[in-house]
Amino acid sequence: MTTPRADRGRNPDRSPLNWLLLLPIAIPLIPPLFNADEPRLFGIPMFYWLQLAFIILGVTTTTLVYRATRRNR
Amino acid sequence: MKTTEIVIFTLLFLVVSGLGFVAARWRRPGDLATLDEWGLGGRSFGSWITWFLIGGDLYTAYTFVAVPALIFGAGAMGFYAVPYTVVVYPMVMLVLVRLWSVSHVHNLVTPADFVRVRFGSPTLALLVAITGIVATMPYIALQLVGIEAVLKTMGLTGDLPLIIAFAILAAYTYQSGLRAPALIAFVKDSLIYLVILVAIIYIPAKLGGWASIFDAAKAKFDATPNPGDGPLLNANNQLQYVTLAFGSALALFLYPHSVTGILASRNRNVIKRNMSALPAYSLLLGLIALLGYMAIAAGVKPIGKDSNTIVPQLFDNVFPDWFAGVAFAAVGIGALVPAAIMSIAAANLFARNIYREYLNRNATAAQEATVSKIASLVVKIGAVLVILLIDPQFSIDLQLIGGVIILQTLPSVGLGLYTRWFHRGGLIAGWAAGMAAGMLLLYNIANPATNHAHFGGSAFPLSQLGFDTKITVYAGFLALIVNLVVAVLGTFVARAFKSADGPDGTRPEDYFADQGDPRVHELETTAPAS
Repeated sequence: MTTPRADRGRNPDRSPLNWLLLLPIAIPLIPPLFNADEPRLFGIPMFYWLQLAFIILGVTTTTLVYRATRRNR
Repeated sequence: MKTTEIVIFTLLFLVVSGLGFVAARWRRPGDLATLDEWGLGGRSFGSWITWFLIGGDLYTAYTFVAVPALIFGAGAMGFYAVPYTVVVYPMVMLVLVRLWSVSHVHNLVTPADFVRVRFGSPTLALLVAITGIVATMPYIALQLVGIEAVLKTMGLTGDLPLIIAFAILAAYTYQSGLRAPALIAFVKDSLIYLVILVAIIYIPAKLGGWASIFDAAKAKFDATPNPGDGPLLNANNQLQYVTLAFGSALALFLYPHSVTGILASRNRNVIKRNMSALPAYSLLLGLIALLGYMAIAAGVKPIGKDSNTIVPQLFDNVFPDWFAGVAFAAVGIGALVPAAIMSIAAANLFARNIYREYLNRNATAAQEATVSKIASLVVKIGAVLVILLIDPQFSIDLQLIGGVIILQTLPSVGLGLYTRWFHRGGLIAGWAAGMAAGMLLLYNIANPATNHAHFGGSAFPLSQLGFDTKITVYAGFLALIVNLVVAVLGTFVARAFKSADGPDGTRPEDYFADQGDPRVHELETTAPAS
């Protein structure tokens, strides 16, 4: 599940996966990526469905980071 | 008057109020007369309760009413709430666990408590506390706007229903503290999820599908003379969209009520796990936002000039009476949870950082809790007066200002969790400069649509600074930059003059402590961890 940490007692939040968190911070803030009407999904313009899809990106990355750094007891 | 709707609304409201009073006995507190128990629920909430509590806290009734209203009026710009609530969790995930740890080691209750111990400056802590209280008050008032919109749609006019609703809320918050909103949040969110799931399946089917809903919206915006609206962003408001989403995300967890929800959780894992679970509410919010377009397609007209009534009006038009009653109850109860948590958070700031720091240095834990309970009543009465005595539009302006000013605590609270580099004098100067800049920027924003010459919104046109452009930027973001620049310069100046800096009461390892750590003193009254 979690990788063993050599430096227990030091920063327990440290993980290379933390860099992944930059993706869901940066991508939703770049309008050219999603500011378009086509292609539509179920009649919904891309502007709306793609931004809702970014939620999945956020959930995936935060879940990975949580699993990599959670403390077992 | 709409009898079926009113009966169902009242019934659900009463059930929830009963829960609020019963909550005092929930999870067996031995003694409610401490801030840890009354104001933080014993710091014992696990993942599920925290999810409902913070979800109910951040995604308020006002949001559910105002975001679709914004989409209804302006289109794509109103959808900023979605990127805002997507970027916020990855951004604060690692920051909030540090805040949790240091708060548990040092028994801190408010963000101002942290500033006090980190920078050794009661003055800076006082500024942070006052900023928090001032920013939270209009936010509580806006929850009343949410309830008011529902009451109006049911044909209940006059102030009495609103006063009764808030009096009940004040009574059970006084008695049960944070346990009341935590318990009520289960009911509130279950109702909201139910209503929205039904709404996004039932209403588009009734209106001829999503495509025709968006086409109706486009037709409406094409017909208006306003160049800033439309179903997509344009070249001039993209930067505003991005800076508003980013700035709002930076501000969200600086609000004292968000911090209260975080500190009430049991351990660091609960917080981290919630950062990936809370976006479920963002999805909900995104779907709710689209109700604004459904209202356009359904030809809904707001009551009077109050665009906040469009969602209740839409429900009233398309749903059968009994389900509209359930939907109204969801919005009404949805206002109670955040209003309770916000008033508790503001009251804690007063009790800890004003009463205990300046009025009664030797206050016992019981005295502190009593002061906080009374302060929570005062805060709510203040919020009711704000709504009754002044134009609701004005309270929306105040909330807008609130977002800009709470952002000015970012250098001391947010950056303070990572670095002690700043000098307390620099931070105070930065706070003052950011505050002044924010007010000046907001003062110079006009809104012809609402006939406001000043404080007409948060989109600051860069042309006012002499740039030849129509681009607008979120005022809070600019004010924060001013704040940071002054804080850095002020720190250099203070160092150059060898001005005395406050002592840092924290150690680096305090920021990593977790439940079970000997430095984290467990509360005896805490319910056993499951």
